[in-house]
Amino acid sequence: MNTPAKSKSRTYWLLWAIVSAALTGWLAYGMSFAKLSDSPARATARSLFLPGQTTSGHHQIELACNACHTEAGGGREVLQDACVKCHGAELKEARDSHPKSKFTDPRNAERAAKLDAAYCVTCHVEHKPQMTNAMGVTLPNDYCHICHDDVAKERPSHKGMAFNTCASAGCHNFHDNRALYEDFLLKHAKDPARTEKPILPARDFGKRLDEFSDYPIARYPNVALTRDKADWGTVPSNPKIMDGWLATSHAKAGVNCSACHELTAESGQKNWIDHPTQQVCTACHAAEVKGFTNGKHGMRLAQDLPAMTPSQAQIPMRKDAHDKKLSCITCHGAHRFDTRTAAVDACLTCHNDQHSLAYKTSSHYKLWQKEMSGAASAGSGVSCASCHLPRVEFRTPDDVKRVLVQHNQNDTLRPNEKMIRPVCMSCHSLQDSIDALADRNLIEKNFTGPAQVHVRGIEMAVARDAAAAKSKPKASASDE
Amino acid sequence: MKISFNKRNTLVGVALGLAFSTSAAIAADGWGYKDVADALHLIMDSDRTVYTKLIVNRLQNEEKVIKASEHWKDDKALVLPAQMFRYGSELVAEKGAAFNYSLLSLWPVNKQNAPKTAVEKEGLASVAKTGTPFYKEETLGGKKYFTAIYPDKAVVKACIACHNAHKDSPRTDFKLGDVMGSVVLRLPMK
Ligand code: HEC
Repeated sequence: MNTPAKSKSRTYWLLWAIVSAALTGWLAYGMSFAKLSDSPARATARSLFLPGQTTSGHHQIELACNACHTEAGGGREVLQDACVKCHGAELKEARDSHPKSKFTDPRNAERAAKLDAAYCVTCHVEHKPQMTNAMGVTLPNDYCHICHDDVAKERPSHKGMAFNTCASAGCHNFHDNRALYEDFLLKHAKDPARTEKPILPARDFGKRLDEFSDYPIARYPNVALTRDKADWGTVPSNPKIMDGWLATSHAKAGVNCSACHELTAESGQKNWIDHPTQQVCTACHAAEVKGFTNGKHGMRLAQDLPAMTPSQAQIPMRKDAHDKKLSCITCHGAHRFDTRTAAVDACLTCHNDQHSLAYKTSSHYKLWQKEMSGAASAGSGVSCASCHLPRVEFRTPDDVKRVLVQHNQNDTLRPNEKMIRPVCMSCHSLQDSIDALADRNLIEKNFTGPAQVHVRGIEMAVARDAAAAKSKPKASASDE
Repeated sequence: MKISFNKRNTLVGVALGLAFSTSAAIAADGWGYKDVADALHLIMDSDRTVYTKLIVNRLQNEEKVIKASEHWKDDKALVLPAQMFRYGSELVAEKGAAFNYSLLSLWPVNKQNAPKTAVEKEGLASVAKTGTPFYKEETLGGKKYFTAIYPDKAVVKACIACHNAHKDSPRTDFKLGDVMGSVVLRLPMK
């Protein structure tokens, strides 16, 4: 016969078994390889497996483990493939100063043994918040010293400089030196403070439609549409939507309702969809959407995670915007697609940090207002987007050169010298651009007032050039 | 080196065979490391000469229609002969080839192109003095290589005009026909 004590202990055992089984099931559910859906329980379970928080660059997608860990137990080779998949193209574009081939060259074996930068994870280890420095670098900040400790031999001006200042004083970057290499400094040493024509490039997509081989020009000829041509089919019409659409470049370029709302199934059957996603935008704006899903606004979508919301951001956001789900139409609005709204108002709906809040006190904003009121020419105003979603030169896959709005706002953000050439130098001298971007306080004030930091790179380059010219009096182009 | 068209084709075939075969020891009867290295170098050297003579020297120095510049992209200019060579070698490395090559000099414009390993130092000095190739085995990063070092000569005026005038060139008195540097080619050894 069971004593009460015995039966009580059996109940406990049973309870323990049930709880254990449930816990195991929950954790297994968290780690199962299916898509991480909207289930918060699943996300919480998975987060317990995180070996440590990831950097600000990856925190949004850290629960999509297999975005980087594509194979179980994969070493740095596997991780490398994942890094290159997302970051390879931008490194090539940046003319990476330290490409992989430098470190696989046998003659650099001795150096590579000290710092094997053939692999991204040598310097950028994830899940190690306690040792992560600026730019997600997990090495001590004097890493340049490992190979360049003799720099003062060639460049006496560098004598006595601290080895943790190479990449932090506004002079050099490890990967991207497009705006900082010596001859570029020389070439722009005498630039006037303001360029001759301080105008930003204009978008030209609409003008080039017939040049793009993948644009459905046959179905939507580049001819302006009128109210009576709208093809919304049997969907009840809505005058507000209609007015919005009629005002857009879409209507002016022949892009009818069906272009976005009608999906053709494999069977050829045409289906109307009320709420198209960025997939639909991709049909014509693939490069813009690619930028969006590479950047902080859309990177979760690229990993099949629920859309980013400001509540998940690591920088200050407005409380009343915390639950907004980010997609193309969050900033562009459906139907109206007003790029002016998307360029300032949309940003300030969510962003609530010092720099953003100071924008409306800046001279950039005054220029923007002037342009918006029609008092100044197109491209003379400076919106949030002018700098963070800049208009850049782009080559389509079929090699047509056009101006693209870079929708990856991180493409020029960190290190911020990446912004100098595509953005700042449209209007400002190289020296002013370098100085302003090296001045943290000035950035907080959204560039109101002069820079209090002065980077001496250009002066040093000019002095070195003058000294070289003196020691080589005959050296001129006369030989050519 | 004088070589008939057919023989050159065979050399190319054998060299490529070595480059892309998994067993890289010996690719064909009687072909040793030196023969393969010589074959690869012959291709490199010929292509390099063609680019310098037909493109750079002709268009920059003779016709004066376009310049060659280190910053060819920013300056909308021709790629330098040394860059042409290096980009090719980087592409070879990217494709995962076992062999590897670079262009070095005792008087480098780019200080990264100075000899670094003991064999490079010995070889570049020897090649500069004799004007003939130098071969030696060396171990780097725990791996054994057959290292071949060839003279890189000033074949046209463009070479010396540019180097003598370059602000980072430690030497300003190169003459036509001088050894300006060396191609260093490494084949992994079994
Ligand atoms: C228009 C200028 C120019 C011309 C023409 C030119 N070079 Fe160079 N050369 C350079 C520059 C600049 C470098 C350094 C490139 C780098 O960053 O690696 C270089 C690199 C080299 C190197 C590697 C060592 C070093 O100096 O860094 C050798 C060897 C060399 N050149 C030989 C030649 C020869 C031989 C020719 C003619 C066939 C030639 N060069 C033509 C500018 C030129």
